[in-house]
Amino acid sequence: MSDHIVSAFTDELDKLAADILRMGGIVETMILDACAAVNKNDVDVARDVVARDEQVDKIEADVERQIVSLIARRQPMAHDLRAVFSALKVVGELERIGDLSKNIAKRTQRLDENVGASMRKGIYRMASPVSRQLNMVLDAYATGNASEAKAVWEGDEDIDQHYNSLFREMLTYMIEDPRTIGAGAHMLFMAKNLERIGDHCTNIAEFVYFQATGEYLLSTDRPKTPHLDG
Amino acid sequence: METTMTESREMSAAGIKMDETQGLTFPRIDCRNIDVFYGDKQAIFDISLPVPDRSVTALIGPSGCGKSTFLRCLNRMNDTIESCKVTGEIIMDGENINDPGMDPVLLRSRVGMVFQKPNPFPKSIYDNIAYGPRIHGLAASREDLDAMVEKSLRRAGLWDEVKDRLTSPANSLSGGQQQRLCIARAIAVRPEVILMDEPCSALDPVATARIEELIDELRKRYCIVIVTHSMQQAARVSQRTAFFHLGELVEMGETDQIFTNPRERRTEDYITGRFG
Repeated sequence: MSDHIVSAFTDELDKLAADILRMGGIVETMILDACAAVNKNDVDVARDVVARDEQVDKIEADVERQIVSLIARRQPMAHDLRAVFSALKVVGELERIGDLSKNIAKRTQRLDENVGASMRKGIYRMASPVSRQLNMVLDAYATGNASEAKAVWEGDEDIDQHYNSLFREMLTYMIEDPRTIGAGAHMLFMAKNLERIGDHCTNIAEFVYFQATGEYLLSTDRPKTPHLDG
Repeated sequence: METTMTESREMSAAGIKMDETQGLTFPRIDCRNIDVFYGDKQAIFDISLPVPDRSVTALIGPSGCGKSTFLRCLNRMNDTIESCKVTGEIIMDGENINDPGMDPVLLRSRVGMVFQKPNPFPKSIYDNIAYGPRIHGLAASREDLDAMVEKSLRRAGLWDEVKDRLTSPANSLSGGQQQRLCIARAIAVRPEVILMDEPCSALDPVATARIEELIDELRKRYCIVIVTHSMQQAARVSQRTAFFHLGELVEMGETDQIFTNPRERRTEDYITGRFG
């Protein structure tokens, strides 16, 4: 799309997108690092993830401030309006992903010695497809690619299946050895957090799609895997 | 209750008592294949545009795109320009208003117009409003005329501000009041359609807001077509928006759709301020 006659308007929209992508990058590494901390029982990395959430919250507040100012001064229309609306929604989704990653990191610090390597690996394995979803949807956001966004939206079913199998796996560990129940409960919450991160990626995909096309993707049309719990 | 000619016709046709706020809409004016020439130069190219009743249609586009020229076709104001030739059909109530048998004076009482700069007659406030009903013989008595003047001023949201000085010169009013007076003057002859050519461009934001509030009120009874350079104004007051460029109608649609998801690239570029 060509630039605005008022070049500062283009600059402001570019900065908005750049800040959101920067925030997305931080959040993406938070997911991977939080789950790596689980895998390696690395409390230092977990603490670092918790600390990074503050930075994410600051970027969110700054982006929201930019959006309010931009609406007041520029009164965006058409694609610009959709871009600003989408930015406002995406920034909220990323902030939630940051919170969920922080929550995983916090729980890492409470896991005890009863958690075996294989239990830890389950969470680590799920982190990869979840962070890939986020990475792909951020790429789609950067390029305004509606079909890539839709692919992410459809890909959430895989995350749900992953969650369901991890849920069963954790239950099996807990049934086999009741001493793992405490840690297992924490890990079930971690798995649920990853599954929720997947949902937030799906929401971002919907906003990217809307921004690019002006059309809405309806959640009711998305293929869904039945959840095992609430 | 006084009714417009449109309402009277509808009510007698349908045999119903119509509620003033009933938002029935159907094409009031159907423009088909309109071309306009100024001498050898073509200003409007094959525009077809149905204008719905009881709603506001906004015409937007850069300067020189033909939106005002098009607006002026709707009450044959272009007749006043010697070199101007209009072809195509503009159907209103089953008649082509371009038909040579159509009386342009009568037509302009049915299709009123409000201009960019308020242009009250150099007469009293009262006489500005009473002028139209008098020449069209709409009032049977002085009481009738008084009632018409009051009703028009009330509808234009001006009555309370001028009721104690109806004999004062109209040009003693502020710009915004003068513009509302011109709107009151236009509706005094019970038109079916009101054309507005940048009616707020000479007004401050408060006077503009009053006119926009008035337009919102008037659209319950009239078919309104407004030309505006302010896209925000088009977005605020209209239900349908048409985008003109270089004498062509590029796109027309629901205002909501035009300003959130226009179909045409040229519309997108114009309304987002990208037009080179």
